Order: sequence, then C-alpha cells, then structure tokens
Amino acid sequence: MNMISHVLAANALITAFAAVGILMWISGAISKYLTFGRIHASAIAIMLGLALAFFGGLATGGEKGVADFPALAGIGLMGGAMLRDFAIVATAFEVDVVHARKAGAIGAIALGLGTVVPFILGVFVAAAFGYTDAVSMTTIGAGAVTYIVGPVTGAAIGASSPVIALSIATGVFKAVIVMIGTPFVAKMIGLNNPRSAMVFGGLMGTVSGVSGGLAATDRRLVPYGALTATFHTGLGCLVAPSILYFAVRAIVGE
Amino acid sequence: MTISGVALLAICTLLGGLLGDLLGVALGVKANVGGVGIAMMFLIAARLWLMRHGQLSHGLKTGVEFWGSFYIPIVVAMAAQQNVVAAVKGGPVVVIAGIGAVMVCFAMVALIGRLSGRVETMDEIEAREAEALAGPVPHFKSGRIG
Repeated sequence: MNMISHVLAANALITAFAAVGILMWISGAISKYLTFGRIHASAIAIMLGLALAFFGGLATGGEKGVADFPALAGIGLMGGAMLRDFAIVATAFEVDVVHARKAGAIGAIALGLGTVVPFILGVFVAAAFGYTDAVSMTTIGAGAVTYIVGPVTGAAIGASSPVIALSIATGVFKAVIVMIGTPFVAKMIGLNNPRSAMVFGGLMGTVSGVSGGLAATDRRLVPYGALTATFHTGLGCLVAPSILYFAVRAIVGE
Repeated sequence: MTISGVALLAICTLLGGLLGDLLGVALGVKANVGGVGIAMMFLIAARLWLMRHGQLSHGLKTGVEFWGSFYIPIVVAMAAQQNVVAAVKGGPVVVIAGIGAVMVCFAMVALIGRLSGRVETMDEIEAREAEALAGPVPHFKSGRIG
C-alpha cells in the first residue's frame, strides 16, 4: 500500500492523467447508458470533478479539493492555471476565419449578446447573494457565460477558489440545462433553420451544451450552432477579464 | 515537427500573458487583462499566416491540436481541485444564475428570429434540394418521402 502511494506521488502528473482518464471513461459510460447521450460526457465529467472536490475537501479539510491528497497532487498541476491556459489557447487553432464570415453580422450580434447578457445576469445574482466586490461579481458573471470563461477570468483578476468553483458550477449547470432543455423549447424559439441555429450557438456559448442540445433537436443543425459557439469562449476570455471587469469596477468600486 | 506546433502555441500563450499583464499595469489593475483571449488571436493569426505561406505542416498541426483536444480533461482536473466545500455555502447562486442565463438566452434566440424575418427551415431546404435533384418533371412532389 505504501509502495503504491509512493509510485503515485512520485509520478504526480502521470497519476493525474490516469485519474482524469478513468473519470472520463466513467462519465462516457454514464452519458451513454444512463442519459442515453442526452447529457454530454464532458459535462458529467466536470460535475463529477466538482463532486470529488467536495468530498476531497470534506475528507482532508483542505482548500484544494482532491489535490490535497498527496497521491493526487498532480491534479493540481494538470488543472492549474498554466496548463489550463495553454490548452484553452490551443482550441483557437480550430477556428476558421473563412467559416466565421459565413455566420455574418447576425452571428456576431448573437455572440455579443450571448456574452454580455448572461454576464450581467450573473453579476446581479452574485450581488443579490452578497458578493459585493468587483472581482467576485465579475467571476460569477463570467461563469454564467461559460464554465471556461469563469475560471479564466477569476484566475486573471485574482478571485478566491470558492468563487471560482461557483463560477465553474454555474457554467456547467447552464450547459446541462441547454443540453436537456433545448428540444423542449426548440419549436417555441423557432429553432428549425440554419440561421436560428447559428444565433442559438452564439447566444448559448458552450460548444458541448449547444451541440448536445441541437443534436437532440435536429442533428442537421449541429454544425451551424457549433460554428458560432466556437467563438464564444474566445470572445468571453477576451472581454470578461478586461472590458466587462472594468465596467463592473466602475460601477461598484474595488 | 510536432515540437514546432507546441512551441508556436507556447509562444502565443506567453506573448498573450505578457501583453495581458502589461495591459493590467497600464490600466492600473492587479490583473491579467484578457491575456488568454489575446493569445488566441495570436494563434488564429499565426495559423492564417502559415496557411497563406504553405507552411502549415502535419506535425505542426498535431502539436497544437493535441493540446486543444486535451482541454476538457484539463478542465475536469481544474474542477476537481476547487474549494467546492466553501462554494456549496453559496449554493443557490449556481442554480439561479444558470437557469436565468439560459432562459434569457432562449428568449433572445426567439426574439432575433422574429425580428429578422422568415427563412427557409431545414425541412424546406432539403425538400427544395430533393426537388432540384428530381429534375424537370412537372407537378412531381418530391422530398419528405422518408
């Protein structure tokens, strides 16, 4: 037993790869067999991650979730700011500028609204629950944009871990509602043509939420929604820790 | 070479971080202002430049795309190391902000759809395309067979 934990701790980052990989397999199985593909495996994996962090925190009494277990310290490195920013920047490589033109002005409007509107809403909810400092309000508002924009913003402007956890959870919860709710409201919001799918992608953001939701509604709409949704995270990471943060700061002060 | 892709990504990330920090100093805040977003723009620009000059090799692509495909696992690891115990105390924020954001955005999709006029639905597009394929047979109703 001692030997096992020694090997795990000595290869911290490798252990983290294995642990997260196993978690992703489990999530894939849950997504496939328990939700019949309705909820994307990635959303389940992130929820499981948050749940494990909760129990890890209870067990160790620490502040860093499962990373406080010596054997799982590598999770801290793998999910730390350095590798996270590195991987998120890499996703921009799939953005095709030629495709972006296809979405046109209406896609751009949807993207802008899809970033600003959830942000404002998140900021107000945060304020209603007593988060009155600009950093926490901005981070929770950014979480209402997507679960990536939240922690990226929080790390950039120096938010506390509980607030970052809240922003991730808000973003994941939003993605899950989009996945489950879209088929039910599709008719009401006119989601039956490529253009509305592009508007939908730009407004909702989260690629996993959008592609999951559209796939359950009408498979043919997925590429149109994903087209605009791919820009959502990049735009959010650009404006949330800058323009939007300054706007909040200007209104509520430090 | 794979390393050239990883290096390109690293250089873009570092430049973005640096500019974000500089912006923070210039604006007088203790924050990285939009560094990740700036880095993404560098990477998009670099890809365009490489494509125009025919330098976008397979190895380079592999180097960047590997890290891009790694982002969900990294986000999972990030989620697993947050102080969730403390966050749970603020519980309702998650539910209210999440539901609120989705509801408002659904409404906006409907609104933009109504304001911008009617367009062909997916069924109509496919019906039209099927009709075009069916050729010049007059009064032949094709499409929506299945």
